[in-house]
Amino acid sequence: MSDSSCTVYELKCPECKKGFGNVPMSACPDCLAPLEVQYDLESVRGRFTKESVAAGPASIWRYKELLPIPAGHQPDLPVGFTPLVKANRLGKRIGANNLYVKNDAVCFPTLSFKDRVVAVALANAQHFGFDVVGCSSTGNLANAVAAQSTRLGLRACILVPSDLEPAKILNTLVYGAKLVRIEGNYDHVNRLCTLIADEYKWGFVNVNLRPYYAEGSKTVGYEIAEQLGWKLPDNIVCPMAGGSLIRKIKKAFAELVALGLVEDKPVKFFGAQATGCSPISHSVKNGWDDIEPQRPNTIARSLAIGNPADGPAASKMIQATGGYAEDVSDIEIVSGIQELAETEGIFTETAGGVTTAVTAKLYAQGRIGADELTVSVITGNGLKTTDALVDKYEQERAVKPRLAEFDAYLRETDASLITDVAGNEQLELVGGSK
Amino acid sequence: MSIKVVLPTALARHTDGQKTFTSEAKNLPGLIAEFNEKFPALAENVTDENGKLRRFINVYINDEDIRFLGGDSHEFEEGDEIMLIPSIAGGSR
Repeated sequence: MSDSSCTVYELKCPECKKGFGNVPMSACPDCLAPLEVQYDLESVRGRFTKESVAAGPASIWRYKELLPIPAGHQPDLPVGFTPLVKANRLGKRIGANNLYVKNDAVCFPTLSFKDRVVAVALANAQHFGFDVVGCSSTGNLANAVAAQSTRLGLRACILVPSDLEPAKILNTLVYGAKLVRIEGNYDHVNRLCTLIADEYKWGFVNVNLRPYYAEGSKTVGYEIAEQLGWKLPDNIVCPMAGGSLIRKIKKAFAELVALGLVEDKPVKFFGAQATGCSPISHSVKNGWDDIEPQRPNTIARSLAIGNPADGPAASKMIQATGGYAEDVSDIEIVSGIQELAETEGIFTETAGGVTTAVTAKLYAQGRIGADELTVSVITGNGLKTTDALVDKYEQERAVKPRLAEFDAYLRETDASLITDVAGNEQLELVGGSK
Repeated sequence: MSIKVVLPTALARHTDGQKTFTSEAKNLPGLIAEFNEKFPALAENVTDENGKLRRFINVYINDEDIRFLGGDSHEFEEGDEIMLIPSIAGGSR
């Protein structure tokens, strides 16, 4: 891009260092490595400041100077700038005194962090002139592409594994997207999408638009730093599917350091996976710089990528920061969902159950110190995976609308809720309401 | 014995645009040797300095990743479809 008001960026090969300008392309034609967006940070120095960010909208677009957005694109979807909450109650339960939860289960069109990446990818899809966009997805990405393509007037064709959670399928269909269920797991769907993108010339957000799409993940890192008062945490605990998010959060921190917005400090990165699909945590635990693909078998389907594209890079990066990666069983995942909901009022999907359970495990193992400033990244909303909690909560009998009946029912089921009203004489009870 | 080899557009530029062809190779090392003979530019593109397949390439035998089948030691069977795909998305490495 040559527009002086915009950041200069282009696709570069991380292996052979060749530049390719800005085109819908994901792999280096020479060494076949996945391409990445590289910025000329000097072009934003002085323009991207704490003040300019604070004056921006309460969305990811407050950081648009550091996103690969084509000149002239006017983003209008309020995506992101999600809460960073101090998790004192959860912390007390797991032995953490300085724990925060980055809650990406709210403040999005489709209630997952995938809205971030899709917002950036579709801005580029429009710019490149694609009429049809698509993706291979384990659910959240499907929801985000379906919703945002409608908003931009693009047609969408979305491919998912046939056993996807019903809520995620419904949340794609409702926006009018074409949804194709593929017999197989995500890795099968993904392979098919690479062939379709090659053949049909559609804009696949996670195939030929992938370098741009992946940059949207950086906004999680920018938000964490800004919400901590422009400083970096000691530790990040991040769920890993393809392994991209954890790397992009690190990239975000590095860019903020390079621009002088935060002080440099060592940040340890911790990855979270489900044991039933844990190629990256397996690699980290073994000290490898590569991964062995696995056949996924877990309720955390949004993390169920057995052959993660960014897996080797994520594994190496985690080890280089002095972090670690852990994985948890399906039973622990459900407990993690319940624990986060019961302590912090945050209902997360199975991936968040993974992250919460792994976070607890890392404290228990002493890999994270009780007083260290730690951020646990929650990436999606629990309403999308309610089937994981089926049979966990029984509905009790209905009660007749009589005070005596209610009183008897409460004494029978949970007498601890009955407080001594005589001791609360100062409370004036006002009846009515509607 | 004959197998079918399928290449994406990105690799077919090294085979004069041919995206499918048949081969007599018995396994992956045999197929790479055949590339060296018939399509040297393709061989150079998909292999590293040690002559091994680059880590950014995935090989599928019909619907299965070759790494689940034993990798280099897996013997192709008559009628197999061998697909080479560069890593591009969340899945694949």
